[in-house]
Amino acid sequence: MKILANGMHYSALNAAVRMAEDDVEIVNCIGQRYIGAGLLRRQIVIHGTPGNALGAYLNGAEVRIDGNVQEATGDTMNAGVIEVHGSAGDATGYAMRGGKIFIEGDVGYRCGIHMKAFRTQKPAIVIGGRAGSFLGEYQAGGTIVVLGEHLNGKPIVGNFCGTGMHGGEIYLRTDELSAALPAQVKAERVEGELSEEVTALIKEWCARFGREEEGYLNCVYYRLTPNADNPYRQMYTPN
Amino acid sequence: MELYIRPDYEVVRNESRCIACRVCERQCANEVHTFDSETGLMRSDESKCVNCHRCVSLCPTHALKIVKTDDTYRENANWEAQTIHEVYRQANTGGVLLSSMGNPKPYPVFWDKLLINASQVTNPPIDPLREPMETKLYLGSRKVKIERGEDGLLKDTLPPQLKLSVPIMFSAMSYGSISYNAHESLARAAEELGTYYNTGEGGLHKDFYKYGKNTIVQVASGRFGVHKEYLEAAAAIEIKMGQGAKPGIGGHLPGAKITEDVSETRMIPKGIDAISPAPHHDIYSIEDLKQLVDSLKEATEYKKPIIVKIAAVHNAAAIASGIARSGADIIAIDGYRGGTGAAPTRIRDNVGIPIEMALAQIDSRLREEGIRDNVSLVVGGSVRSSADVVKAIALGADACYIGTAALLALGCHLCRSCHTGKCNWGIATQRPDLVKRLNPDLGYKRLVNLVSAWKHEIEEMMGGMGINSLEALRGNRLMLRGIGLTDTELKLLGVRYAGESL
Ligand code: SF4
Ligand code: SF4
Repeated sequence: MKILANGMHYSALNAAVRMAEDDVEIVNCIGQRYIGAGLLRRQIVIHGTPGNALGAYLNGAEVRIDGNVQEATGDTMNAGVIEVHGSAGDATGYAMRGGKIFIEGDVGYRCGIHMKAFRTQKPAIVIGGRAGSFLGEYQAGGTIVVLGEHLNGKPIVGNFCGTGMHGGEIYLRTDELSAALPAQVKAERVEGELSEEVTALIKEWCARFGREEEGYLNCVYYRLTPNADNPYRQMYTPN
Repeated sequence: MELYIRPDYEVVRNESRCIACRVCERQCANEVHTFDSETGLMRSDESKCVNCHRCVSLCPTHALKIVKTDDTYRENANWEAQTIHEVYRQANTGGVLLSSMGNPKPYPVFWDKLLINASQVTNPPIDPLREPMETKLYLGSRKVKIERGEDGLLKDTLPPQLKLSVPIMFSAMSYGSISYNAHESLARAAEELGTYYNTGEGGLHKDFYKYGKNTIVQVASGRFGVHKEYLEAAAAIEIKMGQGAKPGIGGHLPGAKITEDVSETRMIPKGIDAISPAPHHDIYSIEDLKQLVDSLKEATEYKKPIIVKIAAVHNAAAIASGIARSGADIIAIDGYRGGTGAAPTRIRDNVGIPIEMALAQIDSRLREEGIRDNVSLVVGGSVRSSADVVKAIALGADACYIGTAALLALGCHLCRSCHTGKCNWGIATQRPDLVKRLNPDLGYKRLVNLVSAWKHEIEEMMGGMGINSLEALRGNRLMLRGIGLTDTELKLLGVRYAGESL
């Protein structure tokens, strides 16, 4: 089903998406929020620019956007795929627990904050460009990969990467870590062999955005993980 | 060097009554009591006692009592024993002091400085046993647009409402901070009473989805257990911005308390810390809050009221005014005496304001701005009795949340040691041997008893005032008079002094 979105209020647009029996194509999207909120199986293709909280609580649907997305994309996402042929704003993948987000370009601040894993659910975010500050803040599970394809002279991640991190992993495709990392995070240099899981994620990103795998697999990565599962344990005295 | 800190309480055993049955030994998870096989006598190590009265209650011969120690430091009104001990503890460990349950400090309790009116002669009292009393109420936004359909008839534009048969709900307590059996008791009681309990931020256990229509689910910054079915299962969704016991402080459930079952419910791996910081890092303004409110409404197709819960803080009225414009249907305000499973002592004892003041100010502010009908107000943070409920409603609340009172009904003895995870009453613990001490079949009945009793008392007080519906009591501050209050306090509460006639 094709929906012409110009001038439509987000609640009307989202109601139409919910009611649709089959896959949906949204044309002329101009900032409507919450598209696909909580949606189960469904393909949604968006032309234009969706508003904040695209795919919030997404529960299995696949969303493809041929442009940029704004803030809080995939907030508390549980399952599904969001594929962005452009860049994403702040708090992308906030507390996502499952599913995958692929970004061709950059992400803003706080990408992957509160990301968690649960049983077989392992959320993943793959970013083609660079990430802003606070990447993976309070991360408790899942995988974030930053490929640093177009850095424009800037570092691959901003400041405070992994602050409060207590689970999961972050991969940065870089042969030098420029920014200082917070105390909770440890970094190891990975040359050559990447884990099967990360290899698969990178391959999938390449396939979705038409890149040669070669240039992304045989590179130096830095793998960031938390120092301990319970970084806050020692802080308290029972009173 | 660890300095010895003398215990505050002594375990006194009446040797002539004690039959050395060792019940106390089995009942005390703090391992205070031991049996000395040489002498055949019971011994106790009071340094471990938290004064939870479990052993006292269960001793078959009533041989035990816990008394305040008469060991004393040199008396000093400024440096009391507790204050001295806190310094010792921190010097011993270097840690932040951690406490639980509500603020125990002797701050004024304004509920106790408010008196309720009764009718005499001109406006006769109503006998609740004979006349109908309306204690039913609805929570939600009353912001309706008058719209007519094609047929010219009025369209129903009323936003979704929660229907309560009493103005009392059980406040947010997460599975993890309290036990499975405590949750089951609350859920079943809410169902029987026609009211709601609140999951807190720890997710909804799969066994309790069946109580969904009496359940309020919480969404906090860590988003534990939040997913489509969770949101859909509930009658309403509460966004937790703050908590009265620890305004400005987030939640932190240590990995040790994340058992298999708790991890399933929170949807996080076992043994890993569950951290939900105070700020929602996607909310920096009322507009951002509106975005979370709206995204939850979209995800649940506008079928459920959205509650925003804040701690009562200095600028609560201005904050509430913003929330009332954010699209939220209900504002929950939690006073500085509200309970908690664990909070830094300094925060619990020093941050926030009394719920009575916050409520009066918020209600007045929303009325002045003409937006009181945008939202319902629910207050908690130490509502201890039906009289507190009546006073809260007269000050402007639609309903109250009770937490500590509900736990007391389940057997809590306010030992304020929930953070140790060894609650001897099976409430604030995940240890299976302790959890099974709380029988939900009995627990839920005790909650039903408590709230039913309060309901009768509320009806009697209302009848006495000549008021036969909660609607007529809400915000009716003429039904209150202050006693022992300063002019400023009277002004903030919006009530007259006792004896001042119209
Ligand atoms: S901690 Fe409780 S059960 Fe143990 S001795 Fe003290 S009062 Fe008795
Ligand atoms: S819930 Fe248990 S540990 Fe907490 S105060 Fe009550 S009796 Fe003590």
